[in-house]
Amino acid sequence: MIVAQQKNIKDIAEMVADAQKVLLAGCAGCVTVCLAGGEKETEVLAAALRIMRKLQGNPLETVTYVATRQCDPEYIEAMDGLVKDVDAVISLACGVGVQYLAERFKDKWVVPALDTKFVGGAVKHGVWEERCGLCGDCVLHRTGGICPIIRCSKSILNGPCGGSQNGKCEISKDVDCAWQLIYDRMKALGKLDKLMEIQMPKDWSKARDGGPRRAIREDVIIG
Amino acid sequence: MRLQYSPNIRIVEMPCSGTIDHRVILQAFEDGADGVFVAGCLEGDCHFQRGNLRAKKRVQAVKKLLDEIGLGGERLEMYNLSSAMGPRFAEIANEMTERIRQLGPSPLRKEGGAA
Amino acid sequence: MREVKTESRLERLLARGEFVVTAEIGPPRHANAEIIRHHAHMLKDYVDATNITDCQTAVVRLSSIASAIHILNCGVEPIVQMTCRDRNRIAIQSDLLGAYSLGVRNLLCLSGDHQKFGSEPTAKNVYDIDSIQLIYLMRRMRDQKLFFSGEPIKEHEPRFFIGAVANPFADPFEFRVARLEKKVEAGAEFIQTQCIYDMERFERFMEMVRERGIHERAYILAGVTPLKSWRAAKYLQTSVSGMIVPDEIVERLKKAEDPKKEGIEICIEQIKHIRNIPGVHGVHIMAIAWEEVVPEIVQRAGLYPRPKVEG
Repeated sequence: MIVAQQKNIKDIAEMVADAQKVLLAGCAGCVTVCLAGGEKETEVLAAALRIMRKLQGNPLETVTYVATRQCDPEYIEAMDGLVKDVDAVISLACGVGVQYLAERFKDKWVVPALDTKFVGGAVKHGVWEERCGLCGDCVLHRTGGICPIIRCSKSILNGPCGGSQNGKCEISKDVDCAWQLIYDRMKALGKLDKLMEIQMPKDWSKARDGGPRRAIREDVIIG
Repeated sequence: MRLQYSPNIRIVEMPCSGTIDHRVILQAFEDGADGVFVAGCLEGDCHFQRGNLRAKKRVQAVKKLLDEIGLGGERLEMYNLSSAMGPRFAEIANEMTERIRQLGPSPLRKEGGAA
Repeated sequence: MREVKTESRLERLLARGEFVVTAEIGPPRHANAEIIRHHAHMLKDYVDATNITDCQTAVVRLSSIASAIHILNCGVEPIVQMTCRDRNRIAIQSDLLGAYSLGVRNLLCLSGDHQKFGSEPTAKNVYDIDSIQLIYLMRRMRDQKLFFSGEPIKEHEPRFFIGAVANPFADPFEFRVARLEKKVEAGAEFIQTQCIYDMERFERFMEMVRERGIHERAYILAGVTPLKSWRAAKYLQTSVSGMIVPDEIVERLKKAEDPKKEGIEICIEQIKHIRNIPGVHGVHIMAIAWEEVVPEIVQRAGLYPRPKVEG
């Protein structure tokens, strides 16, 4: 899932300083799971902003709504009626949701409440870690199911580099060396010989370096 | 046992302090409370194992939020006591009341009062 | 005379009000500098400084800084181009400290063409910082003696004459002048424009430049590129984004008996026209893969001999 975290509330308040009434739009997708932008977080943020503004002598009216997903046009159309009479929309979705709202509500000031951080998963309740670098050309079959693109700080394809020590990365003792993990796993699987193949430079044009990407499934396109 | 404690306390009963969430506390303030204290069971004595420990962390988080939004985290506190500790409850109620008196009324109530 | 902040000859010429001429050398796709020196000797007396492109159109070429040293040794003042595409802020600073130590005094900061159409389309692009940030940080490095990080440079800070590019033919047109102003605010002291074929649009652009007084804060060098054939014109017209080539130019080249000669004529006319546009301080001749034509153009445009700089 996409993992996001709420911005500092003062920064969010600043973005809507001119508004008298705002819609806070949560998302029931990834950001609900990572506890950043679901129903509860949306209501807490609304209450906190109301209190803050009241203390400043400039009360703020809030409306809240949680879309099934903000990354699908059909789910945000349902917000048309709510958006109509607010001055601004605060999206608690990932960056995709914010953009979809801004695209649909052309005359509205749409702002993000979250910082979209990475694609990853939970390692325990309340802790999420990055797992996928979205490179567009998966190499996990060559690296024992451990991604060197995003889990190696240098994205090295023929690791580990000389900075690996005691299973940790040179950038921090809290960061595992991805290549130590890859080595351990390939060893356990009896596939160390695979790591002897020289991995050639990656085709980064399939990643963000090639420009904004698009995925198409011809067989499901209608019209 | 009939113990006296400050009459300004309004009790909101919850099945377990672990069911407290940020929204309930913020709503209390928006509704005009000058202070809020959460009374949970003694640590280690939770009927649901860790409800009071979860409450403690949530209260900490809301205290931080109250600081950030300018209401002040000191208006919120978590206490642990068992249902058999009446005198301790009265003591906490008075202690909290005294603390809030020192702080004065909630600035949210200054104009117009509760939402 | 405007204030002079660097040891750049180009800056001194501009400061005393000369209409300057710069040209461009594209380094070769191999490791021999003979052709660079050849072009440098050819251009020496006809231009005030020469740009060295930094892997233009994202095609791997001999490095801009190394080429700059070759032409410096031939007596031509180089303008090193630095794109943000290939280097992060560590490499950019390091390379520019090196360039200055070798005698380079002019720096042109660009974003750089995307690698998609270059020789290494599968490369990662860097864009750690963008061109406006690069301009700002290099100006700050010179005037406040700070690395990009904000750490002080204890001594020998590089003191480049800092340039930027502007494209009056990209969109949104109204914002182009605003962005140019942003570059000047960030610290750009000279501007070289994209090659101009649509004079009317360039005049409108310069009008807006003058309205904002940008020409009083930065020197503007108008870019021109002589065309060899109508096909070249057509190619620029249809296949290069951010270019406007009027049909008349394509037609003129098509009808010409000797298209190369016609291309030179057109270029000379353009320079003469540009020279009369208020606020333009010089011309930048980008004779792409046709460097040998520059002396003739300069001479016939009435820009020869070039002024001398004492010291």
